Amino acid sequence: MTTLPFVQKRDYSLTGPSARRAVELGLASAEWYHSEVPRKVMKELMQRRDGPALRDTAIWIGLLVLSAAGGIAFWGSWTAVPFFMVYGVLYGSACDSRWHECGHGTAFRTQWMNDVVYHIASFMVMRNPVSWRWSHARHHTDTIIVGRDPEIAFMHPTGILPNLLHFIGILDIWASFKVLLRNAAGILTADERDYIPEREIPKAILAARIHVAIQGAAVVAAIWMGSILPLMLIGGPRIYGCWHMFMTGLIQHGGLAEDVVDHRLNSRTVLMNPISRWIYWNMNYHVEHHMFPMVPYHALPRLHALIKHDLPPANPSIWSAFREMVPAILRQRREPGYYLRRELPPTARPYREEFHTTVPERASMG
Amino acid sequence: MTKWIEACGLDDIEPEDVLRFDHGGASFAIYRDPAGAFFATDGLCTHERVHLADGLVMGDQIECPKHNGRFNYKTGAALRAPVCVNLRIYPVRVAGDRVEIGLEETQ
Repeated sequence: MTTLPFVQKRDYSLTGPSARRAVELGLASAEWYHSEVPRKVMKELMQRRDGPALRDTAIWIGLLVLSAAGGIAFWGSWTAVPFFMVYGVLYGSACDSRWHECGHGTAFRTQWMNDVVYHIASFMVMRNPVSWRWSHARHHTDTIIVGRDPEIAFMHPTGILPNLLHFIGILDIWASFKVLLRNAAGILTADERDYIPEREIPKAILAARIHVAIQGAAVVAAIWMGSILPLMLIGGPRIYGCWHMFMTGLIQHGGLAEDVVDHRLNSRTVLMNPISRWIYWNMNYHVEHHMFPMVPYHALPRLHALIKHDLPPANPSIWSAFREMVPAILRQRREPGYYLRRELPPTARPYREEFHTTVPERASMG
Repeated sequence: MTKWIEACGLDDIEPEDVLRFDHGGASFAIYRDPAGAFFATDGLCTHERVHLADGLVMGDQIECPKHNGRFNYKTGAALRAPVCVNLRIYPVRVAGDRVEIGLEETQ
């Protein structure tokens, strides 16, 4: 029987030795590599429009209402299952991309529309809308920088079972709800206080209390009715419908480099079918999104076409991304510092080696 | 005492746009509003070390290209999270076909 070498868990906290080391190495708030895009073109790409997001939001809400109505109408029979399969993904997965794009303020031109959809989607995805806005800002400042980024999905050496359980949301919903309960009680961790300004903390506590009250009302309704139907409609889809969110989310950065300041080395663009792209609001163009986060989701395909000569080739499918990522994740469990180094096309500007030579050094120190 | 430093030409910035200007180890952002008037601020966002000249000018606002934070570039006021600290502004004048930024002697 072969035993795997013991690999010490890296310190992924935002207040520990990795955080100090990231600052010392100049990885915090660093200047990142960008592909060249003429200013005039970039201005066009960044322009905001209400039309695409209004259309997509109307379709989203319309389908949510129809699938919920079908699920309620056929509740108690197998006919309800396909309705809840659709409703679950629209609620438990599409909420994530709406939360994300509206949090960036790029979905709609009209800011209050971004804010309304952001708060609804935050509730659906069970994230504190205040603290997650700040955590995601940090994710963009210090993408996959250990000790700085609060949104690293794979913390090495990662466990296999927790990652599989992500697809049915059990661990994630429990973790999310515990955070909301803790925030609602007025408690924020040292990590949360590291990226949330002091003056925003009362807002984070209030938002958590509102979320917990509504989720609690759904639980009370289920008990009162003696049926899980209220939880199938509110909260539950975050368990039975979140698989698409994790399927697309895990491949954003999985298996790629930590502690580099070139998104071509730590993010992955994956070509997908149109339904997944609609659910995911084009976040499959993830390298492009990280390089230019103020380009709205509807302009990302055009941005991809403009800069793909400078990026590693996109994975041609979700399957291809998993086939590449899973062996790398498994290898990272026993080989600290290993990452998938994706080949650039001959037309690309080369990686700057100094951007990633720090990885093995940090892996042994972190 | 204010020292006037040439930053760019009148035609170097389109209306409703911004240009980066580096001087004396500091970085500035020079703006032209939709009516054609010029303004100047510090070049880096007060939230994180990101240059505003890569951002989008919308009316009298500049949006940070990384985090959607917004400032009024005429007053320096921070308008939208995650920016909380106002941006420093500088006087600007047009001399012939050149745009000049007014800096204190120490800058």
